[in-house]
Amino acid sequence: MNQMNWHAVYPEMVLLAMACVIAMLDLWVTSPRRTPTYLLTQATLAVVGLMHLKGFNDGGTEYAMQRMVVADPMGHLLGAFACLAVMVSLVYARPYAAERDMLKGELFTLSSFALLGISVMQSANNFLVIYLGLELMSLSLYALVALRRDSADATEAAMKYFVLGALASGFLLYGLSMMYGATGSLEISDVFKAVGTGQINKSVLVFGVVFIVAGLAFKLGAVPFHMWVPDVYQGAPTAVTLLIGGAPKLAAFAITIRLLVEGLSGIGADWQQMLVVLSIGSMVLGNLVAIAQTNLKRMLAYSSIAQMGFMLLGLTPTVVGMNTFSAANGYSSSMFYIVTYVLTTLGSFGMVMLLSRQGFEAEQISDLKGLGKRSPWFALVMTVIMLSLAGLPPTVGFYAKLAVLQAVVSTNVGGYIALAVVAVLMSLVGAFYYLRVIKVMYFDEPTDTHPIVSTGEMRFVLSINGAAVLLFGLLPDGLMTVCREAIVKALAT
Amino acid sequence: MGLLSLAIWLPILAGVVLLALGRDSQAGTVRWVALLAAFASFLVTLPLVKGFDSSTAALQFQEKMGWIARFNVHYHLGVDGLSIWFVPLTAFITLIVVVAAWEVITDRVHQYMGAFLILSGLMVGVFSALDGLLFYVFFEATLIPMYLIIGVWGGPKRVYAAFKFFLYTLAGSLLMLVALIFLYYKSGGSFDILTWHKLPLAMSAQTLLFFAFFLAFAVKVPMWPVHTWLPDAHVEAPTGGSVVLAAIMLKLGCYGFLRFSLPITPDASHKWSGFMIALSLVAVVYIGFVALVQRDMKKLVAYSSIAHMGFVTFGFFIFNELGMSGGIVQMISHGFVSGAMFLCIGVLYDRVHSREIASYGGVANTMPKFAGFAMLFAMANCGLPGTAGFVGEWMVILGAVKYNFWLGAIAATTLIFGAAYTLWMVKRVYFGPIANDHVRALTDINAREFGMLAVLAIAVLWMGLYPKPFTDVMHVSVSELLKHAAVSKLAN
Repeated sequence: MNQMNWHAVYPEMVLLAMACVIAMLDLWVTSPRRTPTYLLTQATLAVVGLMHLKGFNDGGTEYAMQRMVVADPMGHLLGAFACLAVMVSLVYARPYAAERDMLKGELFTLSSFALLGISVMQSANNFLVIYLGLELMSLSLYALVALRRDSADATEAAMKYFVLGALASGFLLYGLSMMYGATGSLEISDVFKAVGTGQINKSVLVFGVVFIVAGLAFKLGAVPFHMWVPDVYQGAPTAVTLLIGGAPKLAAFAITIRLLVEGLSGIGADWQQMLVVLSIGSMVLGNLVAIAQTNLKRMLAYSSIAQMGFMLLGLTPTVVGMNTFSAANGYSSSMFYIVTYVLTTLGSFGMVMLLSRQGFEAEQISDLKGLGKRSPWFALVMTVIMLSLAGLPPTVGFYAKLAVLQAVVSTNVGGYIALAVVAVLMSLVGAFYYLRVIKVMYFDEPTDTHPIVSTGEMRFVLSINGAAVLLFGLLPDGLMTVCREAIVKALAT
Repeated sequence: MGLLSLAIWLPILAGVVLLALGRDSQAGTVRWVALLAAFASFLVTLPLVKGFDSSTAALQFQEKMGWIARFNVHYHLGVDGLSIWFVPLTAFITLIVVVAAWEVITDRVHQYMGAFLILSGLMVGVFSALDGLLFYVFFEATLIPMYLIIGVWGGPKRVYAAFKFFLYTLAGSLLMLVALIFLYYKSGGSFDILTWHKLPLAMSAQTLLFFAFFLAFAVKVPMWPVHTWLPDAHVEAPTGGSVVLAAIMLKLGCYGFLRFSLPITPDASHKWSGFMIALSLVAVVYIGFVALVQRDMKKLVAYSSIAHMGFVTFGFFIFNELGMSGGIVQMISHGFVSGAMFLCIGVLYDRVHSREIASYGGVANTMPKFAGFAMLFAMANCGLPGTAGFVGEWMVILGAVKYNFWLGAIAATTLIFGAAYTLWMVKRVYFGPIANDHVRALTDINAREFGMLAVLAIAVLWMGLYPKPFTDVMHVSVSELLKHAAVSKLAN
C-alpha cells in the first residue's frame, strides 16, 4: 500500500531527468540547427516510448508512489502513442521552426515537459495528480504558443489560450473539490467505491460532475467549450499547433476515462447525458462552421471539434449495469478513434508545414492549389489524410467511425440508433469540406510555382505517416485489439 | 490466391504502380502498360465464366480469410448466377475505356489510367464481396477514383458535378452503413451476408432496413426522384468516365437490391413492392419524356439510362422469374449498349468538341463507317429485336404482363419512347444534309476506334441473337432467390 514502487514510474522519471539535462545542455549548443539537442530529445522520447511499450506488453497494473499513480496498460499504451506523436511533431517542426527563428532549446525542453504532463495525467490515480499533470502540460503549451515573440497573432493566441485554459482548469479543480467534499477521498478508486455505496449526497456529486465534464470538454475542445480551439490553432505557429492538436488529445481522453469511468461510473447515467449533448453539439457546429472556412488551419480546428464530438459518442452509449462488455466496446472504440485521429492530425499539419517556407505560411486552403501537379506524391498523402478525416474507406478513419457507430448501435436503444443517424449525416456534411481540399489540389491549376523544399527526414516521416493512415485502413485489426486490451484491463481494476 | 482475388487485385496493383511510377513524359509507355494490365485483368475473369457451374445456386469460387477479428469481419468472396457476368463485364469495359482514351487523354495519363484500373478492381470487389463490411468498403471506395476522374478530366462544370455525384451517393450509403451495423448487431456479431439472408427480422426492423438499403441503392441506380446527379455527372465526365458510370457503376445499385434488399428483407420488399414499381414506372415513362427534349447528346443518353434502369428495378419487384432474369439481362445489355452510345458521343466530341445535337447534322455523309455503328447501337438502345437491348426489355414486359396486364402495358410504352428519343437524335445528328463546316471537315473513325466499336457491336449482336448463355447461367440463382424471397422470415 505504501510502497513507492519506483520501477512503475521509470518512464516518467527518465523523461523528467532528460528534460532537465536537455535544458542545461542546450546552453552550450551553438549550432543554429540545434542538432545535438534535437537528437538527444528524439532519443529520449524513443527510449521513453519503448519503456511504455514494454510496460504495456507486461500487461500488469501496478500502483506506485503510495497509490498516487497507476501504471496500467491503458496508461502505457497512450504514453507510447504520445511519445510517438511528439517525436513526429518535432520532426515536422524543426525545419519550420528553424526558418522562423523559433528553433531554440526551449522548443525541446517545453515539449518534453508537456509530454511529461501528458504522461502524468495518463497514469494518475489521484485527483491532485491529474491536476498537476494538466497544469504541467498546459503551462508548457502556453509558453510554446508564445514562443514566437514578435508575432502578434501568436501572442494573442497565447493569451486567449492561457485565459481560457486557466478558466477550464478552475472548473475542473472546482468539480474535483466537490467530489472530495462528497466522498472524502482524492483517490480515484476510493471515490469509485464511495459512489458505489449509494450513501453519498447525489446533488453534490452531480453538481461536481457538471464542473468536471465542463473542464474536460474545454480540454477536448467540445462545444460549447470550443471557443479557444479555432483561434489558438490558427494563431499559434503551425509547429506548436501540431503539438497542441496531437498528443494532448490523448491525455484529455485518458483523464476522461480516469475521472468519469474509473472514478464516477456509479453516476454514469448523469454524465452520459451530458456527453450526448456535447457530442451532438460538437458534430453539428464543428462540421457546419468548418464549411465556411478559407483558412486551412482554422478549418482543421473546426474539424477537430467535430471529430472530438464523434469520439465522445463512443463514451455515451455505454450504460454499464454490471456488464462491462458494452462499456469496453464503446470505450475501446473511442480510444481507437482518438489514436487514429492523432495520427491523421499529425499528417495534416505536417502538410501545412511542408508547404510553408521562409516568409510564407501555407495557411489558406487556396495555397494547396494544383498540388496534384506540383507534387503528386504529397498530394496523394494529403488526399489519404483528408479521406481518413472524412471517414471513407479504405482509410483508418472509416474504421474509427465504424467502431464508434457499432458501439452506439449495439446498445439497441431506439434513441441511440437515431444518434448514429445524426452522426453519419454530420459526417456527410464533413465530407464536403474535406473533399474541397482534394478538389483544390487536383482540379485547380497551381498558382504558386515555388518548388517544395524540405528536409529528407521530413519527407520520409510524412510519407510514412500517410502510408500508416492507409495501412491501418487495410489492416486495422492489430491496433483495435491493443486498444481493446488496454480498456478491458482498465475497467477490470 | 483465388481467381476472384486476382480479378480484384491485379488491376488495383497495376493502377497503384502506374500512379506511383508514371510520369507525364512517359505517356506512351504508360498507355501500353495500362492496356496490358487491363487485358490481363480481363483474361483472368474468363476462367470464372468457363468454370462456372450453372446447375446450382450456391456461391462459387469462394475465398474466405479472417480480416478484422475484432468485428468478426472476413475477406469473403464468391459469385453466383446473379453476379458472375458482371465480373468479366467490368474488366471488359475497362479494357475498352483504356483503348478509348489512347490518343484523347494527354494530360496526366498515368493518373487517368491508374484511376480506371483501380476503379475496375474495386467494382469487381463489390460484385464478389460476401461480407457486408467488405462490400461496403469496396462500394464506398469506388467513389474516390470516380470523383477524381470527373473532377480532373471533366468538362466546364466538372467541380459541381463531381461534388454532387460524391455527396449524393455518400448520403445514401452512410445510412446503409448504419443498417449494416444494425444487422451485425441483430445477427449476434456477424457481417456475413449469407448469415443475414437467414436472419429472421421483425417487420419494423425490416422496413427500416429496407429503406436504408433503398436509399443507398436507389441513389446509385439511380431511381426517380434521386436521379438528378446522373445527368450532371454524365455530361461533365470524360468519355471514359461516362462509359464506366453507365455501364458498370449504375449496376452496383441494381445488384445491391438483389444481394441485400430482396433476400434480407423479403417481407418489407413485398410490402413495398408497389412503391418500388411506381417509382420504376415513373422513371420509365416520365424520364422518357424528359429525354425527348434534351439538346445535349450525353444528357439524352443519361436520361435514357435512367429509364432503362427503371426497367431493371421494375423487373426485380414484380417477383417472377421472367421479370427478374429480364432485369439482370437488361443490366448486362445496358452495360454494352450505353457504353457504346457514350463512346460514339466521345468520338464526335473528340473531333468537334461539342455535345449539342444542334452542332451536328449529316454526319453520315462524312463518317459513313462510324454512322453505321452508331445506328446499330441506337437501335439496340431502343430495343430492336436482334440486338441486346431487346432481350431484357422483352422478358421484363412478359413478366409484367403475367403480374398485371396494365403495368405491363405501361412498361411497354418504353419501346415507343425509347425509339422516339433515340431515333430522333440519330436523325438530327447523322442524317440529312451536312449542317456546317465542322461536320464537313470530319474524318471517319480510325483503326483504333473501329476496333473498339466493332468489339462492342459483336457483343450487342451476340447477346441479341443468342442470349441463352446469359439466361442459362442466372436461371437457377434467380429461381432460388425468388423462392427465398417468397418465404416470410418475420421474427416473432
